[in-house]
Amino acid sequence: MGVEGIGARAARKEDRRFITGQGRYTDDMVVAGMKHAAFVRSPHAHARIKGIDKSAAESMPGVLGVLDGKQLTEDGIGNIICGWMIHSTDGSPMNMGVWRPLAEDKVRYVGDAVVVVVAETRALAQEAAEAVQVDYEELPAVTDAVSAIEPGAPQIHEAAEKNLIFDWEIGESLAVEEAISDAANIVELEVSNNRLIPNAMEPRAALGLYDSAEEHYTCWTTSQNPHLARLVMSAFYNVAPENKLRVIAPDVGGGFGSKIYIYPEEIVCLWASKRTGVPVKWTADRSESFLTDAHGRDHVSTIKIAFDANNRMTGIKVDTLANLGAYMSLFSSVTPTYLYATLLSGQYNVPNVHANVRTVYTNTAPVDAYRGAGRPEACYLVERAMETAARQLGVDPAELRRINFVKEFPHQTPVIMNYDTGDFEASLDAAMQASDYAGFPDRKAEAQARGKLRGIGLSCYIEACGIAPSQAVGSLGAGVGLWESAEVRVNAVGTIEVLTGSHSHGQGHETTFAQVVADRLGIGLDTISVVHGDTDKVQMGMGTYGSRSGAVGMSAVAKALDKVESKARKVAAHLMEADEADIVIDEGHLKVAGTNKGIPWSQMALACYTAHDLPEGMEPGLKETAFFDPANFTFPSGCYVCEVEVDPDTGKTDIIQFVAADDFGNIINPMIVEGQVHGGLAQGIGQALLEGCAYDPETGQLLTASYMDYTMPRADDLPNFEVSTTVTECPSNPLGVKGCGEAGAIGSPPAVINAITDAIGNNDLSMPATSQNVWKALNEA
Amino acid sequence: MAGISMRVNGREVDADVEDRTLLVDFLRNNLVLTGTHVGCDTSQCGACVVHLDGKAVKSCTMLAAQAAGSDITTVEGLMSDGELHPVQRAFREHHGLQCGFCTPGMIMAATDMIARHGAALDEATVRTELEGNICRCTGYHNIVRSILAAAAEMNGTQQAAE
Repeated sequence: MGVEGIGARAARKEDRRFITGQGRYTDDMVVAGMKHAAFVRSPHAHARIKGIDKSAAESMPGVLGVLDGKQLTEDGIGNIICGWMIHSTDGSPMNMGVWRPLAEDKVRYVGDAVVVVVAETRALAQEAAEAVQVDYEELPAVTDAVSAIEPGAPQIHEAAEKNLIFDWEIGESLAVEEAISDAANIVELEVSNNRLIPNAMEPRAALGLYDSAEEHYTCWTTSQNPHLARLVMSAFYNVAPENKLRVIAPDVGGGFGSKIYIYPEEIVCLWASKRTGVPVKWTADRSESFLTDAHGRDHVSTIKIAFDANNRMTGIKVDTLANLGAYMSLFSSVTPTYLYATLLSGQYNVPNVHANVRTVYTNTAPVDAYRGAGRPEACYLVERAMETAARQLGVDPAELRRINFVKEFPHQTPVIMNYDTGDFEASLDAAMQASDYAGFPDRKAEAQARGKLRGIGLSCYIEACGIAPSQAVGSLGAGVGLWESAEVRVNAVGTIEVLTGSHSHGQGHETTFAQVVADRLGIGLDTISVVHGDTDKVQMGMGTYGSRSGAVGMSAVAKALDKVESKARKVAAHLMEADEADIVIDEGHLKVAGTNKGIPWSQMALACYTAHDLPEGMEPGLKETAFFDPANFTFPSGCYVCEVEVDPDTGKTDIIQFVAADDFGNIINPMIVEGQVHGGLAQGIGQALLEGCAYDPETGQLLTASYMDYTMPRADDLPNFEVSTTVTECPSNPLGVKGCGEAGAIGSPPAVINAITDAIGNNDLSMPATSQNVWKALNEA
Repeated sequence: MAGISMRVNGREVDADVEDRTLLVDFLRNNLVLTGTHVGCDTSQCGACVVHLDGKAVKSCTMLAAQAAGSDITTVEGLMSDGELHPVQRAFREHHGLQCGFCTPGMIMAATDMIARHGAALDEATVRTELEGNICRCTGYHNIVRSILAAAAEMNGTQQAAE
């Protein structure tokens, strides 16, 4: 490793523009003639649209267009779809209802877009939007999944009888039932996984520009995957063919899953630009973000674990009801199925697992993948149940986990996944040591003397990342392949551009991707530029989510570098009259091994472009492309230990210590990886202690639609984190990396809740564990 | 419409703006100083923090007209002589930013915090004072480190100069 290569704590190349205010986010974009859009949104959770009177808005000065769903339909814009087909156990396909970018007949949640207004300024557009009169016939609404499947619940989509989208299962039901009937002990738990609102700090935005001469569209948008946005808008939404649509995701201010999806607004801005003849920009205000960004989690589950007389797990049975909101968002079907139930055996060697998942429509915002996406829900369920089991069986929680760990790899689970590598004991040991687990009883006694209740909680998580082998996901219902592409362009002077289909919205790809190149070629980071986020520059890509950028995106770069190096060696061998096999690339030079002969990288590059003296038959230039399709998922894992103190008078919980010991495989930049873990932990601790989306169950109004009502973690809610890593190399990609973006959010919620329930002596505690909830649980204990 | 003039990043600016124009919109739209961001509608997130006559304010929470006659510094005006401010440098060195959206507000809040507390600034104070600045990426861990490191450097420099 050099100072800038793989493993270096290199400072980020992209930081300078962000710390000097020169970042370029979608809302910063200005194009000539640009006007502003505002949406008329449903104030009702469920209503029939009886009529729309646009006349007052249309007559306002400065208004250029007031457009509705009928016009959108006339122009042939397609339905918004879910891109992953799930079949119910009875073989029937999922019941997907119609989602129009602008609702025509019916609105199904508060915030559903109905009309768009385009005007000279944003303020004028908002005023005109208020002047649009929509005549609604209100219908009864339902907001939670349990009520939505009760008899007599309001019917939300014609296509989904009783609001059921699918009733799916995985694993062998009979084998699990047998394990349960033969069990020495059975541990049961019912938990809900609280609904969250992602809250990337940059609100969603879109700028649509239609060029009538070229019949070409450009869309600047807050996307984690601009190529996927182009593909979907072309192939399914009929906005424009791919060659006539350029999607640019410039600097994007956080995503966490919520910016994967293609929302009504970017479709409408593009379409409205053609309709009105002006470029149209829309930027969400925070209330719109709360109302319309895809939410996360929202499961109600029961778990049963069967143990034999030696406290070994023999079976896991899970039933889950998942709320998908008013419409099926792009990956909404896979999140509570293949990203969830396939991880229900956790880090444990369990021969039998069966899960039944039912998903339902409700009159709430669409629910889709949010940091971790299914895996946090699985981890929370399993790890709370393991802690519960330890208490019930009278075994130390660490010990119970240890005796059930998978210890040999590869390990085939009963629910599809093949864990390739890991060392769960190593991360457990590291976390126990870092947290001084053995010294906890003394600390508890000391806290007790001060009148505080101290508790400790463990969580051993595993996740499936590096999403994903295309053939495998295709067989499971995915509508796309999940490879990644890269292009390495060596310029005539030897500097390099790396073009990637991955997208950075905080992850630091402009640094880490360059580190991979610097490591291979021994050239400085400042001579390497990483280009991403523009479909006109980067050939194709699947974007960033599921902790896939390192394992898949960076692996494509490594593969393209193989080709670049191969050609560079041939050229250097030719120039130095040496044997190609003797050429080594080292410190920015191509050297002949065992001699003092060598030429700088830049000289070789120039030779490729002058083409005056290349090997016979070789093409000029030095630019290579690669697509990388992973052979397997990757399996980051780790152990988290949380220690809390609860004030028994108020229920206020302070996190005294939080230790994370992760195995991410090889690490490109430890500084960036630590930052990813910190951020994930904050979101997971936020879920455990503070965050909870609330709808009024009668009216379907979102009660947590501002930062005054939805508790985001602030700096003084969180401790310093103690993070460390152990390493087992991932065998399924050339870099041996596993991914680190989601781990913190997956592993931390059960550690926090296990610590609090340990402190208060009552296991009946739901997230978020606000002071009020903890106080209630403590006083009911 | 209101005719306003103020000093922004050392430059005199005059403009006619609608009475309802917020200071943040004036900075972003009229002056194209897009480093100052809007992350919420309720004065909670702090992405819009700038300095008004040397004090940190949320520019989404005052009218441009209210800032008439003031001296405004935005994140774009923090460098001097082409050199990064110590707080900017510390955020980079200690990885105090990820997506960068909250960063300008964080940096402007931090410089104000360090100016007010001097050498007395400790971790608990930093965490309490960041109440009005929300970050979704970093978990604040490295933001707190960045601010403390910048404070140590700035106080050290000051002591050396004294």
